[in-house]
Amino acid sequence: MKSIGKVTGIIANLVIVETRERVAQNEICFIKHDDTRLMAEVIKIMGHKVYVQVFESTRGLKVGSEVEFAGHMLEVTLGPGLLSKNFDGLQNDLDKMTGIFLKRGEYTDPLEKDKEYEFEPLSKEGDKVIAGSWLGEVKENWIGHKIMVPFAFNGEFTVKSITKKGSYKMNDTMAVLVDKDGKEHKVSMVQKWPVKVPIRAFKEKPRPFKVLETGVRVFDTLNPIAEGGTGFIPGPFGSGKTVLQHALSKQAEADLVVIAACGERANEVVEIFTEFPELDDPRTGRKLMERTTIIANTSNMPVAAREASVYTAMTISEYYRAMGLKVLLLADSTSRWAQALREMSNRMEELPGPDGFPMDLPAIISNFYSRAGYVFLNNGESGSITFIGTVSPAGGNLKEPVTESTKKAARCFYALSQQRADSKRYPAIDPIESYSKYLEYPEIVEYLNKNNGENWTTNVWFIKDSLLRSKEVYEQINILGDDGVPLDYHITYWKGEVVDFVISQQDAFDKIDQRSEFKRQRYMLEKVVDVLKSEYKFESFEEVNPYFKRMINQFKQMNYSEFESEKFKKNEKELEVIIQERKVA
Amino acid sequence: MEKDTKAFQRVYTKLFQLTKATVSLKASGIGNEELAIVDGRLAQVVKIMEDIVTLQVFAGTEGIATDAEVIFTGKAPTLKVGEDLAGRFFNAYGEPIDGGQIMGEEREIGGPSVNPVRRKQPSEFIATGIAGIDLNNALVTGQKIPFFADPDQPYNQVMANVALRAEADKIILGGVGLTNDDYLYFKRVFDDAGALDRIVGFINTTENPPVERLLVPDMALSAAEYYASEKGQKVLVLLTDLTLYADALSIVSNRMDQIPSKDSMPGSLYSDLARLYEKAVQFPDGGSITIIAVTTLSSGDITHAIPDNTGYITEGQLFLRKDSDIGKVIVDPFRSLSRLKQLVIGKRTREDHPQVMNAAVRLYADAANAKTKLENGFDLTDYDERTLDFAKAYSEKLLAIDVNIEVDAMLETAYELFGKHFSPVEVGLKQEFVEKYWKK
Ligand SMILES: Nc1ncnc2c1ncn2[C@@H]1O[C@H](COP(=O)(O)OP(=O)(O)O)[C@@H](O)[C@H]1O
Ligand SMILES: [Mg+2]
Repeated sequence: MKSIGKVTGIIANLVIVETRERVAQNEICFIKHDDTRLMAEVIKIMGHKVYVQVFESTRGLKVGSEVEFAGHMLEVTLGPGLLSKNFDGLQNDLDKMTGIFLKRGEYTDPLEKDKEYEFEPLSKEGDKVIAGSWLGEVKENWIGHKIMVPFAFNGEFTVKSITKKGSYKMNDTMAVLVDKDGKEHKVSMVQKWPVKVPIRAFKEKPRPFKVLETGVRVFDTLNPIAEGGTGFIPGPFGSGKTVLQHALSKQAEADLVVIAACGERANEVVEIFTEFPELDDPRTGRKLMERTTIIANTSNMPVAAREASVYTAMTISEYYRAMGLKVLLLADSTSRWAQALREMSNRMEELPGPDGFPMDLPAIISNFYSRAGYVFLNNGESGSITFIGTVSPAGGNLKEPVTESTKKAARCFYALSQQRADSKRYPAIDPIESYSKYLEYPEIVEYLNKNNGENWTTNVWFIKDSLLRSKEVYEQINILGDDGVPLDYHITYWKGEVVDFVISQQDAFDKIDQRSEFKRQRYMLEKVVDVLKSEYKFESFEEVNPYFKRMINQFKQMNYSEFESEKFKKNEKELEVIIQERKVA
Repeated sequence: MEKDTKAFQRVYTKLFQLTKATVSLKASGIGNEELAIVDGRLAQVVKIMEDIVTLQVFAGTEGIATDAEVIFTGKAPTLKVGEDLAGRFFNAYGEPIDGGQIMGEEREIGGPSVNPVRRKQPSEFIATGIAGIDLNNALVTGQKIPFFADPDQPYNQVMANVALRAEADKIILGGVGLTNDDYLYFKRVFDDAGALDRIVGFINTTENPPVERLLVPDMALSAAEYYASEKGQKVLVLLTDLTLYADALSIVSNRMDQIPSKDSMPGSLYSDLARLYEKAVQFPDGGSITIIAVTTLSSGDITHAIPDNTGYITEGQLFLRKDSDIGKVIVDPFRSLSRLKQLVIGKRTREDHPQVMNAAVRLYADAANAKTKLENGFDLTDYDERTLDFAKAYSEKLLAIDVNIEVDAMLETAYELFGKHFSPVEVGLKQEFVEKYWKK
C-alpha cells in the first residue's frame, strides 16, 4: 500500500503535505492536479507535515489535492539505449514528448522497451557473482553494453541460468540468480537506482595515474586533467566556459560523454542537438552523438529539477563506468544547481549560510565531486569518470561560496579571466592562476614523460615559468616605460607572448586548430621551448615587438595547418627563416 | 459572507492581514497564482496555507480596508490574442489603452517552455546597418540580447532603429517603467516609418504603480508566442527597461520578507529573468522570437546583480558608451558580445568577416594600451602612434551608432583602415584573405 496525503500549503514550488502514514526523506510523491500528476520530492518532515519540492509549475494547485507517495527516492532507469538520448533533469526522454511546448505532468519512458538487442552471455551457470558483475553484453552503438547484476543486490549470488545468445527485449529475463538462502532472482537488461546514492560496484579507487587527452592545449600541455580526475572552470559570463566545455565534449579521448546542461541556455543545448549528429568522432569514425547523452534542464525549465539533473547525469556516468568505460562528465553550470538549493532553502526559512546559500553547500559539492574517479572493478577491469563542472560566480568575483567550495573539492582549477576574454585571447584561461594538482603527482609525471618524451614535464614547467616572468617584466615595463628597462625585458616579455599565442591560445572555431593531439602538442612544445632557449640580437627595443609579432604570426599559420601536411611544413620552413634572422648562433 | 456570483467567482469581504503589497484572508477552493480583484485592484495568489490565502496586489494596498471586497476569478493572468492585437497599445493587464475591446482567444501568460528538442538552431542574420552590431556583434533571429547602457545613453533610439531595420513581421514593445516621453517617442517613430500596423505595445509608464510592471514582459511574450508559434511570423520583442522589472521584483520579495541575496535582489532573480529571456526561440517552421532588451546600469557597473544575472542568461550584450575622442556614442567592442554571431558571420556574410572583426578589435586593444602608456607619461613607439590613429578612425567610421551601411561595406572600410595604418603582418589575417582582399 502506498502512503497518501493531502496538500495543505503552497508557496511557489514548495508544497506542504499532511499525512499520517509512512514517508521517507527524499521520497518521491505525485500530487494530483486536475487530470495530471505533478512529481515532487520530500525535502523535510515535521511531524505530520511533509515539505515537498515540486518539479513542475504549481499554478492552479489547490489545498486539499491528493498526494500519493511512491515508496522510493528519485531514481533513474539504467539499461541499453541511454546513449544519444536527450533527457530532461528527471530522465524523461524529451524526444518522446508531444507538442512544441513542455506539458507539466508528462513523464516519458527513458528507454525503448520494445527494441530488440543482440545479447551475448559473458557468464555461465554456476558462476559466483555480486552486484555489478558482468552477466552478458548487448551492442549499444559500438559499445559493448554490459548487462550487470543489479547494483541493489546485496551479497553473493550463483548464476542458475543465463539466457543464450540471441535478440531480446530489455525486460526479458537474461539470467536467474540464486542467493545464499536459495531464493531465485530474475535479472533483465534494466535496473533502477536512486540518483543521490553513489554506485559502489567496484573494488578500489586508486589515485588517478593517467592523463585524459582532451585536444585542448591549456588542458593537456599546461594543466592536464587526469583520467578519473576532477576539475572546474569558474568565470564571469562570456569568458568562454561553455565553448570550452563543448570543445572538451567534442574532442576528449573518452568512450562516452555525459553532458548536464544545468540551468543554462536552451540554444546551447540545441547547438549540441544540431551539431553532434553531424560531427565525426575521430576515434571511432561514428557520429559524436552516438557517444553522447544530454541531460537538459535549461534555465526556463523547473528549478527544482536542476539539482536532479546533475545527479541523474552522475548516476548514468557511474553506470557506464561499471562497464569498464572511460566516461567524461560535464556540468554547465554547477552554480545554477547551488542557486536552486538556495531558493528552496530560503523558502523553507532555513538559517542561511554565506550569500544566502545553505550551510551544507560545501559538503554537498564535495560529496558530488567525490563520485568521480578512476576505479578497478571487481573483475580486474577499470573504468573512470572524469568530471569537469563550470562555476558562474556572481559579478565574476571568485570569493563566493560556490567557487570556494568547489576549489576545495576539485583538483584542477581553470580560471577564466575577463581581461583575456576582452582581448579575445581564447580560451581565456588565466595561465598563471590556473593549476592542475595532477602535475605534481609522481605517477602522472611518469605517465606524461613516458608518453610524450622524457623532457615533457620539464618543458611544461619551463614554459609556465616563462609565462610568469613575462607577466612580471610586463608590469615593470608598464611602470618604467619602454626605454626605462633593459632590452632583455622586452625579449622576456615577448617570449612569454610566444607561449601565450602559440600554446595557450587556441581557436575553438577553426577546423584544424580546435583539436591538437598529444603528438602535435609535443612537437609544438619542443619547437616553442627551442625558441625560448635561444638568444636573439636586437639593436633597440623597437625592433623586438615587430620581430616577435612576425614570429607569432608564422607560428599561428602552423597551428592553422594540418599537422605534418605540406602546408604545415612550408609554414615551418618560413618560421625557421624568421628565427635564423636574429638568432645568435 | 461567501457568495457565488459567476460560475467560479467567489466573493469575500474579510481581510485580516494587510502589508504594503499583500492582503491575506480566509478562503477555500483557491488555486495558486489565481487572479483576484481586491477593492477593484488586480491581485494574484502568492501563498496558500491551509485556508489562509495571501494575495499580492499589483497596484499596492494603500487605502484598502479590512472589509474590502475580494473577488476570485478562478484563473491565472491571461491575454486575449488574435489578429486584432496589431497596431494597438495595451496596459500591463492587457487592456487597450485607448479603450475599446479586442476580439481574440484568451491565453494564460507566463505559460510553459518550448521543449528544447523542438527548437531549431538560429541561423538567420539580422542586418541593422550599425557596424558596431553587424560587424562585431552580429545578431541572429531567435537570439536574446540586451543593451547595457547608463540611463543617459540613447538606448531607446538605437533600439527603435534596430527594430525598424530588422525586417520583422511584428514588433512587440514591452514598456517597463517607460517615461511617458519615451512611450510617445516610440509611437511617433513607428508611425513615421509607417510601421504601426506591425506594432503591438504593452506599456507601463513611470506614472503607473511599479509592481504592475511585473506583468508587462509576460504579456508581450505571450503575444509574441502567438504570432511566432501559431502564425509562423518573425517577431521582435523590445523590452525596456528590465532593470526596472528587477527592481519591482525586489520590492515584492522584500515586502514578503524573503531573504535578499546580492544587491538586495531576490535569490530567484536568475530564474525570474531566465524565464522571460528564454522565450526567445527559433521554431523549425520559420517563426521566431528575438528579444532585444535594455538593462540600465548605474555608472557602468556590470557587476551589479541585475546586469550580472542578465549577462549569464542572455546571448551576449551590447554595451553603449560615449567615446570622448570622437564625441559620439559607440557600441563598445570590448564589453559587447554576440554569442550567436558565429552562426552567421563568415557563413551568411563574407568568409573573412570573423578574421577582420577580430583583427580590428585586437588593434583597438593595442590602442587602448598605447593610451594608458600616454597617460602614464611614456613615449610612444611608431606602432603605438599608428594604433591610436587607427582607433580614432575605427571608432568614427565603424563603431559609432550613427553608422548605417551594408556588411560588405563595413569589411571594405576595415581593410581601408588596416591598409592606411598597418602592414599585413601587423594585422595578422590569414594569408589567403590578405591576398584576396588587402587594399594595396
Ligand atoms: N575558444 C574560443 N575561441 C573563440 N571564441 C571564443 C572561445 N571561447 C569563447 N569564445 C567567445 O566567447 C563567447 C562566450 O563564450 P561562452 O563559452 O558562451 O561563455 P560563458 O559560458 O563563460 O558565458 C562565445 O560565444 C565566443 O564568441
Ligand atoms: Mg555558458
